[in-house]
Formats: sequence, structure tokens, C-alpha cells
Amino acid sequence: MRHIISLLMENEAGALSRVAGLFSARGYNIESLVVAPTEDPTLSRMTIVTSGSDAVIEQINKQLNKLIDVAAVMDLNEGEHLERELMLVKVRAEGVARDELKHIADTFQGRIIDVSDRTLTIELTDTCARLDGFLQAIGRDLILETVRSGASGIGRGERILKL
Amino acid sequence: MELTGAEIAIRCLQEEGVEYIFGYPGGAVLHIYDALFQQDRVKHILVRHEQAAVHAADGYARSSEKVGVALVTSGPGITNAVTGIATAYMDSIPLVIISGQVPSYAIGEDAFQEVDAVGITRPCVKHNFLIKHVKDIGPTIKKAFYLAKSGRPGPVLVDIPKDISNQKTEFVYPDSVSIRSYNPVGKGDIEQIRRAAQLLLEAKRPMIYSGGGVVLSGASAQLTELVRLLGFPCTNTLMGLGGYPATDKQFLGMPGMHGTYEACMAMQYCDVLIAIGARFDDRVVGNVEHFAQVPRKIIHLDIDPSSIAKRVKVDVPVVGELKPVLEQLLGELRNSNKKPDPATLAAWWKQVNEWRVKGGGLRYKNSTEIIKPQFVIEKLYEITGGDAFVTSDVGQHQMWAAQYYKFNKPRRWINSGGLGTMGFGLPAAMGVQLINPGATVACVTGEGSIQMNIQELSTCKQFHLPIKVLSLNNRYLGMVRQWQEFFHGNRYSESYMDALPDFVKLAEAYGHIGVRIDKPSDVEPALKEAFARKNDLVFMDFQTDPTENVFPMVPGGKGLSEVILSEDL
Repeated sequence: MRHIISLLMENEAGALSRVAGLFSARGYNIESLVVAPTEDPTLSRMTIVTSGSDAVIEQINKQLNKLIDVAAVMDLNEGEHLERELMLVKVRAEGVARDELKHIADTFQGRIIDVSDRTLTIELTDTCARLDGFLQAIGRDLILETVRSGASGIGRGERILKL
Repeated sequence: MELTGAEIAIRCLQEEGVEYIFGYPGGAVLHIYDALFQQDRVKHILVRHEQAAVHAADGYARSSEKVGVALVTSGPGITNAVTGIATAYMDSIPLVIISGQVPSYAIGEDAFQEVDAVGITRPCVKHNFLIKHVKDIGPTIKKAFYLAKSGRPGPVLVDIPKDISNQKTEFVYPDSVSIRSYNPVGKGDIEQIRRAAQLLLEAKRPMIYSGGGVVLSGASAQLTELVRLLGFPCTNTLMGLGGYPATDKQFLGMPGMHGTYEACMAMQYCDVLIAIGARFDDRVVGNVEHFAQVPRKIIHLDIDPSSIAKRVKVDVPVVGELKPVLEQLLGELRNSNKKPDPATLAAWWKQVNEWRVKGGGLRYKNSTEIIKPQFVIEKLYEITGGDAFVTSDVGQHQMWAAQYYKFNKPRRWINSGGLGTMGFGLPAAMGVQLINPGATVACVTGEGSIQMNIQELSTCKQFHLPIKVLSLNNRYLGMVRQWQEFFHGNRYSESYMDALPDFVKLAEAYGHIGVRIDKPSDVEPALKEAFARKNDLVFMDFQTDPTENVFPMVPGGKGLSEVILSEDL
């Protein structure tokens, strides 16, 4: 099953490679991994999207907790949570297709952030599944470039990951 | 007063009460070696290969309750040390490894003897550090010692660039250390411990299975009390030998691939299994699906949550330091008005004793013609009164030593259980001998393993380490040969050791005493004579039966109850 795991870790050189190394060394999947500093510059927040059996997910959580630089781990799937991913898509937009693409972008609440004679660049922020839906709606033939940030996640309401 | 980074590093070791360190100098650690030269509190043991430095520090730590320290240079110094570090990591041994690094301004430029030490050791250390500023050396070494010995112990590397070891700063060694992202658990959750006590008291076929964690956490006394209080059978894993006295009647021997029949069967058919500082290793429970076919409740006490429910499902997990957790459990059991039902327990013991008879004990067919390796270990046990420190290398001799030397005390059996590192035994014995001066130290090895670190005979000479080396020389990589005999149609691919050196001459060349023993009748006199030489290293080259196999055996991928007993008895 797909899980989103959030963690807080010391903002130190090498911390990212400890997490990435753990996943490769133990053969766990990484679908995406996002990391950036938080409001506290000594801490980074990482969101990992992974998949595996319940036993594997339990081990991933425990192994992450065991890393010395990791201060807190939360498996967002254990409660209600939100996830968002940013995507930039450059599409071939000529003739009739141009209006059609603008229409699809509107439907998915995408913003057109760059325009040229023959291309459009669309920005979307949504769940990973909705972004997949958008790409499908456009079709691979017209897509020139796709840039996805990987998912970021946060618990709902009072579900807070903080030190 | 301002000190250089190198002086600070050595002062830190003094502050930690380090008596011996093991190392090998080189360009990037010259400042540190210079600082070492100008003091006499920390004594340096010059090994002949960096792998041996780490194994020696490891043996030092395993046979005491101290943190072992190794000092190596950059590049090949640290890459040579990696096998030692991984060995310690797999067996959770507290070590601090200080490595030199090329000057900080040269890092990343493929400088001479540069290697990414932090990167190359990352998967086999508990944690590691690259020093960026001279003021960080003191606090980082403090953290390194704290991390190495607290929680689940392990090796910690501190990599110090050469220029930083020569910069100056004020030296203040921190009194305490706290790491906000690292908070090892002490006591266990009392509700879970109550549930554990309840399960134990209601068990019909209980079994106590303890591992290296008991030895490392110094909880042998608590384990022993628990076993005696409950009256249950007990097994110790390869890493846990000595945790419970092996000559006690409640002890069933070692479980697993080369464990006793009764320990394997009791593990398989118990209805409540309490695992204490053990991790259900593949060499212990064999095929986990097969193991799971028999319903049983499992209680697991361990300092490391990731060891719990990793390979088997656990009903009552208890995370914590074993000593306080076992005290808590003992308290609950003593306060309970329930006791294990004597009749039920007697029926279980009857079954266990039937397995003991069926298994026939550890046995081999002795010979007057050819030396049986098991016979050598039996005699070693007798002659040393069961009280020696025994290190081993890896292979058949390791299993025979584990089976036939009955360890009654913890920290006496020193072997590479997790990583299975050939070449571990002799350097580990050096560390053991240094921290236990005057003690009897035996290194049980084979002609294959000993050649992986034989250069350390030179270190033993320089530092007067009177280790007794028992090489069970069967002219084969015995365990490889055994698997080839059983599973590869007797095709002994590359397992024959041809062109062996004359080990007697070799020992003599290093300035030691070498003895070759060919006949069974010479085994005992040779051992007696060797152990009588309190101040000499004696290398005993026992010419043993090349066809001997280790039994019992649970073949790889098989279940515990599929154990094969000796075929020729």
C-alpha cells in the first residue's frame, strides 16, 4: 500500500543521504522524496512517498526513527492528512489544440504561467492522483516536458508534527 | 589554554578514560600521532593492518564493558578498517573510530589518499561525523562515545581533516551530552511487562530465548534469576553464549543452524516464547514461514524497536534496556500470586528431556588415529577450567567452539556472529588480552581464517600478548567444503587449501613458539604445555580430520524441526 511518511531531521550535511541510503540498502521503494528547511532553520522536513506491505511500512518507520539525525517521524496514513504536489507541464499548443488545452487547464484549476507561439506552460498544485489525471487528459503526444515536485504532506486539524 | 585539534582529540580520549587504542599511522593523522607521542596516558597498540585495529578494539570492548577505540589514516586506512567496522556494527559493539581525512580545502579534489570516509562507512556505523571546525572536535568525540555505548550500541566514526587537527582552539570537554533527535529508552512500558508476565505464568510450553543483547547490557544476572524463578528451559544464541550458564540443567544449548536438537525443537514447539535481546536471525529460526506454522505467543524484549517484528510477528513487544526491563519483569512475577503450574511444567520438561535423549547430545565419533576437532575443543575446555576468554574466527571451528566450550560467564565468548568475518579471531584476542591482563585467552581458528590476519603475530610479539592460538587445520575451508558436500554434489570448488605454509616455522619466524600436533594422544599434552607458558604466545597447528562435519544442522531455508543429526552415529 502507498504511504506518505513525514519526518523532521537535523538540517545537517549528509542527513539526506542517510535516509536515501537506508531505502536503497534495505530495498525499500521510494516513489518520491521532498526535503526543505522549516521555519526552524536547524530542522528540515522531509516527505517520502513509499509503498510496501504493512510489515515493510512498519520497518520503514522504525528504521527512519533509528537514524540519529531524524528527530520525529509520522506516517501520515495513520490518520487524516492532506497531500499536495506541484507540477509544471510544458505542452505543444498550436491551432485548435491551444484552446482545448486552456480548457483542460481550467478544469484542473491549473495556471498558465508561460506562453510562446507554439507552447504553453501550465502550473498545477494538487494530489498526485489528480496530477496523473491531468497528464492523462492532455495525452502524451502534446507533452513536451513534465516537472513534478513529489508530494508534500501534512496532517489535518490538530495532527501536528513538531518538536 | 589553546590546544591543537590533534591534542584535543587525545585529551578527549583521556577524559573518556581510554587506556588503549589500536591504530596505524599515516599522512592524514600525523598531527594526532604527534599529540599521542607527547603524552603517556593513552597507550597505542600498533597493529599491522587497519582491519586488525578495529577487530582488536572490538575484542577489547566485547570482553569488557568499555568502548573500543581505533585510529586510522585517510584513504586506504579507513577502507581497510571498514570490514572491522561492519563486523562491530552487525554485533552492536560500542566502538569509536577516529580517521584522518585529507585537508578540508582538498576534500573533493581527489587528493592523495582521499576517500569519502563518512559516505563509505554510512551503512555500517551507528552514526558518523566529518569535523568541519576545530571547536567541534571535543563535543563531537563526546557525542561519539555517548552514541557508541548508549541505546543499542554500535560503532561511531569521527573523520578529522588534517588541517583541522593542526588548528588551535580552547579545550573544554563537555560534562554532559544531549542529542534532541536521539533519546534511547530506559525502562519498559509496565503495562506491556504485565502482559508479558501474565503470558509467562499461563504458558504450558514456555521457552526462554536470549541473545547478545543480554551480554552487551550486562543483564546476565537478571536473565539467570528469571530462568531460575520460572523454572523454564533456556537457550542462548551464538551471540548470547555465557548469558546463562551453559552447565546449568535448565540450559538447552544453542539454537539454530548448528544448535542442539532440544533447543531447536523447544523453540519450534513452545507455546510461549520470550525473546530477550535476540533478533530471530535467519541462522537462529531458519525458515520463518516454517517457524510461523506452529502457533505460539511471542514476547520480545529489546532495546531496538526495529528488531521487533522484523522477521516474526510479536504479540507482546517491550522496548527498553534489558537490565531495568528484566528487573521490572522479575518484580511483576514475584508480586503475582500466580505461579507456573508445576504439573504442566513437568510435562513440558518431560518432552524437552525426551528431545535431549533423541538428540543424543552434542557428539562425535572420536578416533585414536586422527584428531577430531571437537576433541580439541573439549580438551581446551577441560584444561582452561571453562574459564578462558575464547575468540574465534569463522567457519566450522567457530561452531565447534560454540558447541563444545561451555561458557558459564558472559563476555568470555568473542566471535563475529553477524557479519561472519574471517580474520577476526587473532586481532580480537589482542584486545581481549590487553584489557584482561593475566587472563587466559585462546583463539580458536582454522588454517583459512588465521591467514586473513596472520600478520598480527607481529603485533603480539611487540606487545607481549601471550595468546594461545589453536588452529584446527583440516586443509579445507571446512564450512564451505561441508556445504559443497551436502548441497553441491561433493564438488569442492576452491575450498581446498593447497600450498599451506609451515605454521610452526611461521610462528617461529614471528618470534613465537609453534607446535604441530598430529596425533590425538598428543592433543592434551600439547595444550597443557602451551597453557602452562603464561608469558608466551603458542601457535598450535592441530592436523584435524578433513572430512569432519558440523552437526546438528538445520540446512539453509529449512525449519528448526527439520534439523539433521549426525549421520554416522
